[in-house]
Order: sequence, then C-alpha cells, then structure tokens
Amino acid sequence: MQLEAKDIGFRYDDGPWLFRGVNLSVEPGEVVGITGPSGRGKTTLCRILSSYETPLEGTVTYNGAPIPKKGYHPVQMVLQHPEKAINPRWKMHKILHEGYHPDEELLALLGIEQEWLTRWPHELSGGEMQRFCVARALGQNTRFLIADEMTTMLDAITQAQIWHAVSEIAKKREMGIIVVTHEVKLMQRLCHRIIDFSG
Amino acid sequence: MTSILKKFPLNRKQWALMKVLISVSVIIIVILGGLFLDEGRIVTNLTNRNSPPSIDNLFGTDWLGRDMFTRTVMGLTLSIGVGLIGAIGSAFIALILGMAAATMGRTADRIISWLIDLFLSVPHLVTLILIAFTLGGGFKGIVIGLTLTHWPTLARLIRAEVMQIRSADFVQVSQRMGKPRWWIAVHHILPHIVPQFLIGFMLLFPHVILHEAAVTFIGLGLSPHEPAIGIILSESMKYLSSGMWWLAFFPGLCLLMIVRMFDSIGDNLRLLTDPNGNRD
Repeated sequence: MQLEAKDIGFRYDDGPWLFRGVNLSVEPGEVVGITGPSGRGKTTLCRILSSYETPLEGTVTYNGAPIPKKGYHPVQMVLQHPEKAINPRWKMHKILHEGYHPDEELLALLGIEQEWLTRWPHELSGGEMQRFCVARALGQNTRFLIADEMTTMLDAITQAQIWHAVSEIAKKREMGIIVVTHEVKLMQRLCHRIIDFSG
Repeated sequence: MTSILKKFPLNRKQWALMKVLISVSVIIIVILGGLFLDEGRIVTNLTNRNSPPSIDNLFGTDWLGRDMFTRTVMGLTLSIGVGLIGAIGSAFIALILGMAAATMGRTADRIISWLIDLFLSVPHLVTLILIAFTLGGGFKGIVIGLTLTHWPTLARLIRAEVMQIRSADFVQVSQRMGKPRWWIAVHHILPHIVPQFLIGFMLLFPHVILHEAAVTFIGLGLSPHEPAIGIILSESMKYLSSGMWWLAFFPGLCLLMIVRMFDSIGDNLRLLTDPNGNRD
C-alpha cells in the first residue's frame, strides 16, 4: 500500500532542471515532512505525487502499479490557498459533497458548523474555507494526504485544531501524510521523518 | 417625492439598468404591436395612395395605399423573429464549439480554431449571401445562412474563457476526485460562462437583424409578399426619386433604432454583470 516515487525529474518548459533523481516512498500511517527554501520544487514534487503534473523522468507508483488516470485519486492534496481551490459559484454544501458525503463526526472534529453549509464561499473566512478543503480531501478512498502549506495562512488555534483532526483520522485509517511547511516546530511535532530540499 | 428627486442623478449602474429596461419595453411593445395590429390596415386602398405622413397615417401610405406605420411595425416584428432564431442558433453553435475546443484536447482545438479563423477571414455578408443563395433564398435559406455565419467571434470568446477556468485549481481538484470531463464541463465550467454567453447573444442580435435586412434588400432573403424591413426598403427605392421620402425614411429609422436598442441592452448588461465595475 505504499506510495513510491522513483528517479523523478522535472523542469518547466526548457528551463533548468528543478530536481532530478528524487526518490521518495511513504508507508501507510507514516507522516513525512518536506522542508527547504522557496523555489526548490517542494510544491512541484507534491503536484507530481498527486498527478497534477506528469514527471519528465521517473515514475510514481502506488502499490507498485502506476496510478490510474480515471476515478478517485488515492493521493489527495490540500492546497495553500483555499479560495482558489473552491468554485466561487457553488454553495459550501455542494463543495463539501463533491467527492463524497463526510459524516457528522468528521465535520465536528474539523469544527465545521452546520450553518456554514448554506453560505457562499465569500461569506466565510480563509480558515473556515480551508476546513472545508481538508474535509473534502479526506474521502474514504484517500490513502495519502499531501498538505502543501496547508495551514500556513491560518492562526495558531485553527492550525492546531485542523492538524489535531487530520492526525486523528490518519491514525484511525492508516493514512499516510506528506507535510510541506516552513514551520520547524510543527514539523517536529508531526513528522516521523523529514526530507530536506535545501541541498 | 423628495426621496425620488434625491435619487437622481442615478449612478452608472442604475442608468445602465434604466436603459436596459427602456429598450426591453420598447422592443416588447413593437413585437406585441406587430402581432396584434389590424391586418386590415395594410389592405390596398387605392383612394388613399401616396399620401405623406399625417395623423391618420403616421408614416404615410405607399403606392398601393397601404399604411406604412403598420407595415413598418410588422416588418420589424418579422425581422426581430428572424434575428431571434438566427442569434439563438449562432449562439448555440458558438457555445458548443467553444466548449469543445477548450475541453476536448489539442486536435479538436486546432480544428475548431482553424474553422473560426476561416469564417472570420471572409466578411459575414459574403458567406451569408452564398449560403442563402445556395439554399434558394426564402425564410429557410436566410435563417440557416444567418445561423451558420455569426458564431465565430462568440465561439472564440467562449473558448478563451473556458481555457482560463479549466486551469483553475478547483477544476483540477475536481479531476482528482474522479469526476468525468463532461461532469466538470457542466457543473464547473458552464455556470462561469453563462454571463459571457448571454451578453454575446444580445450583441449578436443587432448584427443578425441588419444582415437579414441587407440580404433581403438585395433580393436573396425573404420573399416579396412578406412585410420585412429589407423588402420595404428595396421597394421604396423606386419611389424615392418621385419625392416620396417617407417610404424609406421611417422604416429605415425604425430599423436603426431597434438595432441600437439591442446593442445598448448588450452593452449595459455587460456593465451590470462586470464584477470590477461596481465601485460607485
């Protein structure tokens, strides 16, 4: 059930190689942190792992086989900016139920209130929207969650609440998590192992 | 009373809404007039031929004693009807091709873009005349001709719009949730292009009406017994030299006004739906 990246290389158009020969494997239930300065390709690697981009070199495999292009993707990513990851012309309940119907328990754990469901996205704050994005990504078939600066723009209390909920669910479901963040404290608390992208 | 006076001068958006409402009501009045006016008024009446405008015959009468006002209103209704069918057809071709170009892969995009460029490289009117002539003129010919010639600009606009939305984060997230392409097209992309589509449709309208009149004027459009504006104008040409200016002046002016009204509806709708324009 592991997610494995072998000899990944990527560059945009004809630019210089962002990285080459990157190897990474994540076991279920494992929390891996990725850190490093801006512009080294952390986000790009995450996008490759969740099939937003195709690598120019190397392969990404799940359970030893390539990830099928159709159907629910076992690797779900939560992006940094929730307002971009949400269709502004949809109400919150439609956004939440796009992939599956989360149960009450999950919503309570993430602190999503029932009355938010009938609102439009612009009637919620960034933190409130990000909770929806997290809930949306935690479908029953999600095996790995990639949190690309998921809580960077949130205050400490919201950050703690979201991470508490996510790690609880991950533990229960044996879900692997990849965390990209600049916050050393957060990373040390959460992660079993840390990959440094500065070299 | 003072509260009403205080509200004038209206701001830009309120003016736009006013203009839209006025234009829409005038057009509705014209259409209703065309449908309910007494057919008896355009029966030939040889005792009252060639009379200049008066209270009885607002736009005068023609060489057969028919009331020009009634003929003009009926002609406008017919033109609006033809314009409506043509504009709806064109707008739907544009919607389908624009969506297909942007969502169905690179080959489809190349083919459709090429088709758009091909149609744009020849003036509308030339293609329209060719198609109408090939189909033998008449109502069918002109409607099919109008439908097949007016879609390219709108199709290009929709294609660009769809491409922009397609690369949005929320569409990519939706793909990872296993949503099929058509589902994303209907639920994510379509709602975003509805305003563009409606405005594009309204702006197609005046084009279509003018081109219909033009083609009818040169005799390739509607048949002579139908009171279309193009027919009225081309018939009146023969009588202009004998000083019967009202035969061409009023119908032409009315056509111009209707076309301008559709134009202003489209323009003002754009102003009203523009999210960046609501600062006053």
